[in-house]
Amino acid sequence: MARHTIEINVNGAPSKGEVESRLLLVHFLRENLRLTGTHIGCDTTHCGACTVLLDGVPVKSCTVLAVQADGRAVDTVEGLEKDGKLHPVQEGFFQEHGLQCGYCTPGMMMTSCALLSTNGSPTEADVRRAISGNLCRCTGYVNIVKAVLHAAASAREQKAAKAS
Amino acid sequence: MIPGSFDYHAPETLAEALDLLGKHPDDAKVLSGGQSLLPLLKLRLGAAAHLVDIGKIPDLEYIREDGGFLKIGGRTRESTLEHSPLVRRKYPLLADTAEVIADPLVRNLATIGGNLAHGDPANDHPATMLAYGAEIVATGKTGTRTIPIGKFFTSLFETALAPDEILTEIRIPVPPPRSGGAYVKLERKVGDFATAASAAQVTLGPGGEVERVGIGLTNAGPTPIQATAAEQFLRGKKPDAGAIAEAARLAASAAAPAADRRGSVEYKTEMARVLTGRALAKAIARAQGA
Repeated sequence: MARHTIEINVNGAPSKGEVESRLLLVHFLRENLRLTGTHIGCDTTHCGACTVLLDGVPVKSCTVLAVQADGRAVDTVEGLEKDGKLHPVQEGFFQEHGLQCGYCTPGMMMTSCALLSTNGSPTEADVRRAISGNLCRCTGYVNIVKAVLHAAASAREQKAAKAS
Repeated sequence: MIPGSFDYHAPETLAEALDLLGKHPDDAKVLSGGQSLLPLLKLRLGAAAHLVDIGKIPDLEYIREDGGFLKIGGRTRESTLEHSPLVRRKYPLLADTAEVIADPLVRNLATIGGNLAHGDPANDHPATMLAYGAEIVATGKTGTRTIPIGKFFTSLFETALAPDEILTEIRIPVPPPRSGGAYVKLERKVGDFATAASAAQVTLGPGGEVERVGIGLTNAGPTPIQATAAEQFLRGKKPDAGAIAEAARLAASAAAPAADRRGSVEYKTEMARVLTGRALAKAIARAQGA
């Protein structure tokens, strides 16, 4: 069966690999690149634990072939922290205790990042709608929603501080 | 879960894609958004020796009005439909439908062409397209042909598409003034298939009577169901509460759902009635406001 040489820009750096047609993107990330921050939850396109950004758009990486991402950009949870500083979304989950077991958290944060990149001032309803494809079995979502709203507020503050 | 082995092809032109399908008529599948196909392959409910990814072919993702139709490229993503200002303004039935398909992450990849070509009566677009009286454009090696939506769904997971054809466009007739539509879906949770859902598209005459009406039912039988008796009953009538209730009753009598974890036959049939009543009432209110 065919093998493909692919190059994916993962968290800003080119990552090459030789993959079978059927290799899933989530397996490429976890097993070939050892980026195990992206979790496999249900493995059936329901839970969103494996959410990554594909060209900036959140998708379920258990339902994308690695070869489909050839030549494209993928962002995972490992790329959020910059220069030892947490991303506002990570800071929000930390401050508001937006997790319990942590299994859904990487996917939840990637979806949240995508939301905030297109909507800097989301309402609670916007947040709940955006994360409706990411399941959490611990928190009841209340603190996750607070975490995302916290992140949005601190991102706005950082932006305002930079502007002044 | 890992799918069985297959060869992946990513043609850059439609001609090349059709060529590949022609070469492998029995064991090739078109990969569009992959949000139904890849789960099927992973669960080993389906198998294909060749996947022909149409993702790199230009000009298959568009939404535009042209020649009396809303023309939608087969590879147009659900999220694009959901956020299209034109769709939201003028095609509320389609907007209602797109925003309840699966979940937001799936909608970022899933496509309208895939949703229809999959031939799954549990998918949401089929009922909506039946209500609109849409047409499917299929492209094969010898050219394109247009298939009326009523002739498209032939059996469970089967459509009128030939193995070497690609669904390239969906055409919805531009609704005349005083038109409105609505899609009402009952689901256990976000991302689930419909327990029952109903699509209604209505055009009112100058006197407020029903001039044209289309009603489609999701997940109510082996194929998507057009509620023709209900449509026939409503045509020419004033759409008051009594007429809507009778049309909803007739629509439910066309439903032939199967019992599963989402409910019994009786429950799903009753939900088809309730949801059709709600979809019609909403569609009529929107038509009156248009």
